[in-house]
Parts: sequence; structure tokens; C-alpha cells
Amino acid sequence: MFWVFLTPVLCWLLLLIVLPHLDLLTMSFRGENDYGDMVWTLQNYKNFFTEPIYWFTFVRTAGYAVITTVICLVLALPVSFYIAKLARPGIRGTLMVLLLLPFWVSELVRVYGWMILLRESGVINFILLKAGLINSPIEMLYNDATMIMGLVYTSMLFMIVPLVSVMESLDNSLIEAACDLGAGKLAIWRKIIIPHCKPGITSGCIVVFMLALGNYLTPNLMGGKNSLWFTEQIYNQFIASFNWNQGAAFGFLLLLLSSLIIWVGLKLTGQKLGEVA
Amino acid sequence: MIRSLPRSKAYCRSFNFFIILYFVFLFAPLVITCILAFNNSDFPYLPWQGFTTDWFVSAGPERIGLFQDSSMMRSILTSFETAACVSILCVVVGTCASFLFEKENFRFKGILYFLMLAPLVIPGVILGISLLFASNTAGTFFEDNLGLDIGLFRPSFWLVVLGQFSFITTFVTLVVSARLRKFDHSYEEAALNLGATEFQVIRYVTLRFLRPAITGAGAVAFLMSFENFNTTLFLVGSEPTLPINLYLQVRDGSTPVINAVSLMLILGTSIVALANLYLCRKTD
Repeated sequence: MFWVFLTPVLCWLLLLIVLPHLDLLTMSFRGENDYGDMVWTLQNYKNFFTEPIYWFTFVRTAGYAVITTVICLVLALPVSFYIAKLARPGIRGTLMVLLLLPFWVSELVRVYGWMILLRESGVINFILLKAGLINSPIEMLYNDATMIMGLVYTSMLFMIVPLVSVMESLDNSLIEAACDLGAGKLAIWRKIIIPHCKPGITSGCIVVFMLALGNYLTPNLMGGKNSLWFTEQIYNQFIASFNWNQGAAFGFLLLLLSSLIIWVGLKLTGQKLGEVA
Repeated sequence: MIRSLPRSKAYCRSFNFFIILYFVFLFAPLVITCILAFNNSDFPYLPWQGFTTDWFVSAGPERIGLFQDSSMMRSILTSFETAACVSILCVVVGTCASFLFEKENFRFKGILYFLMLAPLVIPGVILGISLLFASNTAGTFFEDNLGLDIGLFRPSFWLVVLGQFSFITTFVTLVVSARLRKFDHSYEEAALNLGATEFQVIRYVTLRFLRPAITGAGAVAFLMSFENFNTTLFLVGSEPTLPINLYLQVRDGSTPVINAVSLMLILGTSIVALANLYLCRKTD
């Protein structure tokens, strides 16, 4: 029976996870020399460091992914607190369903919805013009703030769901006791709620960070020409330059970055990947 | 501060207001997309020019509705086929994996478990390109050494299925494992004592207990596959799935047909998600 379980799992993990990533790694060290032959080389990585646009995009992507994660956390804390602790028990279930529904709808549809709302000829501009608040339409798409808003929107729920579940396990009497002893709201958040929610916060942050870092759709459609997202660089290496080896090096760098940041996050909070998942 | 404590009116009001704002933020793009699908205008913008169902049923020549648009309909069909294959594969392998990790003990279990979790932290784009590389390498290998030209190794329907399968199985494994952990193993022992074979025990006792989790995970796998973009982008061949097809149309300028497709997607996913939720509630 053991082999019946092991064989498909081994096939899956070796053929679809391990081998492809080893191949990615080897491809990233291959390149053409001056005579057009394929040789082992560090050139792909050298290009990354010598071409400012590459590492600038890389750093920018990482930075924006971090900003997205922080905004998600700040927004998700009160919302999940409301659902877990403040909402009447009857409507709690309904609120959870409402939270989950947009998340099941394709990311593309959600981004498209924002495009209709925000573009120059879009719904918000139309309403503002009609209300006489502005005289000429403003282009609200294609800038960094909108792109971050889009990233927050698309990954928000992965922060709220773990937070709601940890907050539900928080004993109300702890907060009541703190209140009786005269603690202020801020102190309660800092000393009781946040420490209790740490596992949920970590897992939410990791997932949101990952999704933002590896996102292609939202930066591409909402960030416009200047979005400079690293996944776009990778895609361009494949499609525009047809330089697969360079693309492999970029891909591996992105993988390295995401693993590194997640590893640091887990170490800092003293958790294991298995617990977070 | 919490329900059991007295709270000031202002605190309650501002908190409620914040929550309402949040839900408006959450639903505004979806609601507006749905409404504009019925706008009698050639562009998905306001002003409202009257109600029409052209964007669903019109046969042309000026407006081609969703149901008459053969490329859209074909991509929807492709997405359904992909999602069906992916969810079947994921459920079978994911269930095997949860049996393996919950019931068996063997060397390298820790490493294997870690590898099983790895797709959670690998960006979808990277999964896509590494699979594209591997299949390309394998294709070249077979062609050079054996003279075989195997279509599977080129971007195609089956490569998309494999790419989505590679990370969705992790989610199925986690869901089924969680349910398996609640299982009382004395039932299995009882069945074995009564003379059932090991295979019969799994089929009639364990799998029956796991059924709600397996159906739920299957539904989730179906939805995840249906809406996947990042991994699919690199593996897609001549048959685009719906998200890829929509992306190309959104990028090149949009017509309300996209709103019509979005409305159908919103309705479809809501129904599957709600049905899944309802079934989960009933079994708990």
C-alpha cells in the first residue's frame, strides 16, 4: 500500500517540482559565447548586476511587494477584528462569505473592474465631472499608487482569512480583563491582540508578499508602461528578446529573493513553514 | 472594545463606517463590471445609454455577443476541460499524498513534506517558466537521441494541465490531510478485524469519511485552475484558456463583451463557491 501512495507523489514532486527547477538553475548558467556556441557562463548574472535597469526593477519590485504587504496588514487587522469580535454572530457568516466571494472571481475580472472605474474615460471621472468637482478628466490608471492599490486589492483576502481565524481563537476575557485594569485601546492592541495573532500575521504576510512579488497581471495592466515589475522583465526576456538563458537567471533570482525573504520572516517570528501553511 | 464591553457610540459608528467603506471597496469593481455589461454603448463606460442584452446574444455584424463569439466560447470550453483534468489529477494525487504523510512513516519523509509545501512559496510565474524549460529540454533530448517528436513537450493543453496540477495538488493535500487527522483509526482496525482487505478498508471506510473534504478540495482545485493566469501564461499553446484570452482582449482595448464574460464568470464562480460552502457547512 505504501508504494501505491508514494509513487504518484514522487512522480509529482520529482518531475514537476525538483527537475524543472534544477533545469532552470542550469539554464541560467548557460549562454552563447562569441562564436555562437552554448557554454557555461556567469554572463546572465553579470548582466543583471551591470545593467542598472535590471537590478533597479528587482529592488523596486521587492520594495513595492513589502509596501503592499504592510498596507494589507494595516487594513486587514481592523476588518478581521470586526468580523471575529464585533459583528453580531448572525451576520458573521454572511460577512465571511462576502469577503470570500471576490477572491474566487478571476483576478483579471477584478483588475478589469478597476480599469473601468479609474481610467480617464472611466466611471469615477464621469461622476466627478457630472458633480462638477473637476473640470477635465484625470488619468488615475497607470501610476504606482494605483498599481499598489490593485495589488492590495487582489491579495487582501489572503491576509484577512488567517487573521480572522486567529482572532476567533482569542479569549474575550483577556481583553475584558485588560479593560478592567485600565488599559487603553492601543495598549490592548499592542500587548494582547497583536502578540496573539502573530501566527496569522506571519502566514498572511508571507502569502501576500509572495503573490505581490510574483504578480504579472496587476502591474502589467494597472501600472502601465512604467510599472517596471520584475516578472515583466522575465516575460520580456522570453517573448521580446527570446533570451531564455537570461530569463532563467532572472527567474532564479526572483525565486531566491522570495525564498530568502520568507525564510527571514519565518526565522524572525520563530515559526516553521509547516505551521504557517 | 468587544461585544461584551460597553463601547462609545462614536467608536461604534466610525468602526461600522470603516467596514462599510471596506466592503464598497471590495465590491465596487465587480458591481460596475456587471452593470456595464448591459449598457447599450460600444464602450464599457458611462453614460448609461439604455438596457441591452446585445453583449450576450447579438449575432453581429456590428456587435458580436458573448454566446456568438466563437473564440470566447472556445476558450471557455478549454478552461472547463483544463479545470476538469486538473481537479481530477489533483484530487487523486493529493489524496495519495495525504495518506502518505498522515499514515506512513519512512526515511526522507521530512524532505518530501517540505518539497510538497514548496509550491506554496514558489511564484506562479517561476513554476511556469521552469516547467517550460524542463519540457523543452526533455523534448530536445527525445528528438536528438530517439528521433521522436513528442507534442506534449511543447506549450500545449497538457502542459498547462501539468503546470496547474503541480501547485494545486499542494492545496488539495493540505485540505484532505486536515480531515484525515480527525479520523478515528479504530474504524479501520475494526474493519480489518472483520476480514476486510486493506484496499477495501480504504475504499469503504477511510475514503467515505474523507468524501466531503475531497469534494471540497476538488471544487477549490477546479476554481483555482479556472482562474489561473500566472502559470498558464508561459505554458499555453494554440488553445488559450479564458483568463489568457481575456487578458489579450483587455490589453488591446476593451468592449462590453468583456463585461458580459466577467458577469458570467462572477455568477459561475459564486455558484460553485457558495455550493461548496453550503456542503461544507452541512457536513461539519
